[in-house]
Amino acid sequence: MGEGASDPLLRVEGVSKHYGGVRALEDVRFSCRAGSIHALLGENGAGKSTFIKILSGVVQPERGRIVLGGMPVSFPTPAAAAEAGISCIFQELSLLPDLTVADNINIADPLRRLGLIDRTQERRRAEQMLARVGGEDIHPAAPVGQLPLSRQQLVEIAKALARRPKVLILDEATSALTAADVAKVFTLLKQLRTEGMAIVYISHRMHEIAELADECTVFRNGRYIETFAAGTRSDDAIVEMMIGREYSSAFPPLGGTRREGTPALAVRNLSWAGELNDISLEVHPGEVVGLGGLDGQGQRQFLLALFGALIGVEGTIEVAGRPAKIGSPRQAKSPQLGLALIPEDRKNEGLMLPMTVRENLSFAALETLSRFGRIDRKAEAEQLDALVRQLAIKSDGLDGPVAALSGGNQQKVVIGKWLMTRPRIVLLNDPTRGIDVGTKQEIYLLLRRLAQQGTAVLFYSTDYDELIGCCDRVAIFYDGTISRMLQGAELTERNLVGAALNLSSAGERPASNAA
Amino acid sequence: MTVGGARDRNWRYRLAAQRGALAAAAIFAIMFAVYGAAQPTGLSSDVVNTAANKGALLALVAMAQTVPVLTGGLDLSVGMIFMLTNCLASVIVTGSPVMTILGIAGVLAAGLACGLVNGLIVVYGRLQPLIATLATSAIYFGIALALRPQPGGDVNGDFADLMTRSTYGVPSSVVLIVAAVVLIWMPYRNSTLGRAAYAVGSSEQAAYMSGVPIARAKLCAYTLAGLFAAVGGLLLTCLTYSGEARAALGGDYTLNSIAALVIGGTSLFGGSGGVVGSVFGAFVMRTVGDLLVVFNINPVLQPLFVGVVLLFAVSLGSLRLLRVRNKLDLYR
Repeated sequence: MGEGASDPLLRVEGVSKHYGGVRALEDVRFSCRAGSIHALLGENGAGKSTFIKILSGVVQPERGRIVLGGMPVSFPTPAAAAEAGISCIFQELSLLPDLTVADNINIADPLRRLGLIDRTQERRRAEQMLARVGGEDIHPAAPVGQLPLSRQQLVEIAKALARRPKVLILDEATSALTAADVAKVFTLLKQLRTEGMAIVYISHRMHEIAELADECTVFRNGRYIETFAAGTRSDDAIVEMMIGREYSSAFPPLGGTRREGTPALAVRNLSWAGELNDISLEVHPGEVVGLGGLDGQGQRQFLLALFGALIGVEGTIEVAGRPAKIGSPRQAKSPQLGLALIPEDRKNEGLMLPMTVRENLSFAALETLSRFGRIDRKAEAEQLDALVRQLAIKSDGLDGPVAALSGGNQQKVVIGKWLMTRPRIVLLNDPTRGIDVGTKQEIYLLLRRLAQQGTAVLFYSTDYDELIGCCDRVAIFYDGTISRMLQGAELTERNLVGAALNLSSAGERPASNAA
Repeated sequence: MTVGGARDRNWRYRLAAQRGALAAAAIFAIMFAVYGAAQPTGLSSDVVNTAANKGALLALVAMAQTVPVLTGGLDLSVGMIFMLTNCLASVIVTGSPVMTILGIAGVLAAGLACGLVNGLIVVYGRLQPLIATLATSAIYFGIALALRPQPGGDVNGDFADLMTRSTYGVPSSVVLIVAAVVLIWMPYRNSTLGRAAYAVGSSEQAAYMSGVPIARAKLCAYTLAGLFAAVGGLLLTCLTYSGEARAALGGDYTLNSIAALVIGGTSLFGGSGGVVGSVFGAFVMRTVGDLLVVFNINPVLQPLFVGVVLLFAVSLGSLRLLRVRNKLDLYR
């Protein structure tokens, strides 16, 4: 925080926005100084996304004032906000998949020569921006849609910086990045801070906030709660501000399962397309087994292979002691096999967004709810009501569109949908990514309860605390195979990290899988 | 990455982007070679000229269709703008050289106007392009019919001759297509509005969040479509020395332009492709008809054969599906 920093660069007062009957924002205020990083905290549904959209010109507030550099401003379109010097890196990327990286970076502010686009200069600017964000490996002529998500996110950041904004807003901008990328982005953000940029940072990852933020503001239920300097509140206190009730960061106690009898799921020598190599694993009923390791070592593909979504899978899979050929998700979910997969991308792979909450919840179990092809509405309603109560899904009735729910509640709908099929084995692909703290807790409790009822749970997570807190055992993936199995006293963050990096130390047990 | 390596990757990306157009060009080259070989007199100047003239008409209408499709829309009225400008040309592109030139300008302006009307309705009326252009196609046909209730009219003989002859074996219609590509398409493609059109077709929502001028991009696209269709109408008048408002012909050209565009590798979802591919796609479709004549196959079967070629060309694009290993990729 430099001298003369008393007057905030960006000041927002009394902003309100309603969507029909839902109050998205009510009389919120916010201010951010130049040369500082200001974290914006709040659960999903707290109004952060709406607030960001107002600042970046995507939606218009009904009431309120925005003052930028001492001048009142209003942004009827995103172009106007960009023109005024506010650049936003959206959680849902604003990239054009068919256009090249260079096109995307320059699209808002093209470089011209004789009236036409100067592709050489644009390419040079793209290369500069990419180098700045640590994406030198990204080729400017590559079509953006073909890049992996982590590279796309870097391009999105490069694009936001290309206009040399005065205010930079990052909305969960690091969620798909590898740890190395995140480190580079953080260095960049700190550099931009010393250069005088005002940065608004939204993230659910407390350690990121702790490292970056100078100040923090909390929103809850569309209202402004408090602003405080970073480091002056404990993590638990912050979470309590966000969820408005008492909170403890402890995980539900582990069951101490004994692994005996026929495993619910037994995998032997599973391989696929060079990405999965000779994986063997057993999961017993009532066990919660975690998949750990660095991003991209095959964990997601392993779960997809178990669920029948991959072609050309080799090896054997046994469900409840009987060999199974799982050719499609439809087969996987059949009562004989009883598998369920909570997918990675809930918006595209887990929900039918234009449809109602009711329709989404009953989809997987539709056969059990219908007789001779007709859906039994009464049975459906009874089961759904019970489910919604059990999962505490907050929605405007069951007949509202599921797209209107917050991320956490949407994830509960996805889980609820699969619970209705009464699965034997539940697979989860990074289920708490981008979910607020309160809902995460509920999901952990739910998984623990499922295990107690005898369901086998196999669960990939990028969060070490989660793996340690929720799982009986953790299989570390490295290069498409299980390199190490950790359990009991060995299951510590240090060992997780070490195993993920495939470091070996004296006296450790070699990778003995099915044991 | 070494500088040499980067340049090498650059070429590979550029090549991959043009895949559709190159495939269409290759198909056309093969078909035309077969056609030429089967001619009793070989590839004489006359043979090439006739083939070029017929193909150029569809090529121009296909170019017209391509631009709105790039924005993720569709223009069902291109065939009727083609008819309207044909009828108009048969009325005003006559007389002294000065009158002729003014007439040509008038025809092109009419095409631009029709395209602009389409654009205004789609952008400000917020109607789906399919519906909007379906409606305007009826209007344009009505105007064409009003201009030429009976087939007739005339066109300046020198101008017509210039447009339909061959000079040193190069048909003027081919020169016209090349000129349209180089003088109209390429500057457009390299302009901000041209890139904006691709952006809108790729993801209109992302384009909006990126501050792309969506309204202007769409307006420009539909207007340009009108211009290309008008050039086609002019060429038709030169070939037939008359104007005729035939609904079936206009409808045929519209549908065939969509087929030509698909064969040429432009995506109907928008965001990728270009007019060069559509030009080759149009020539592929026309050559099929010629090949049928050469091999003495009943001309009634022509639509069937064109359909088969269309299916084949589209399937080529789907071949990559066979290599899919993760079923989720099929649905992305």
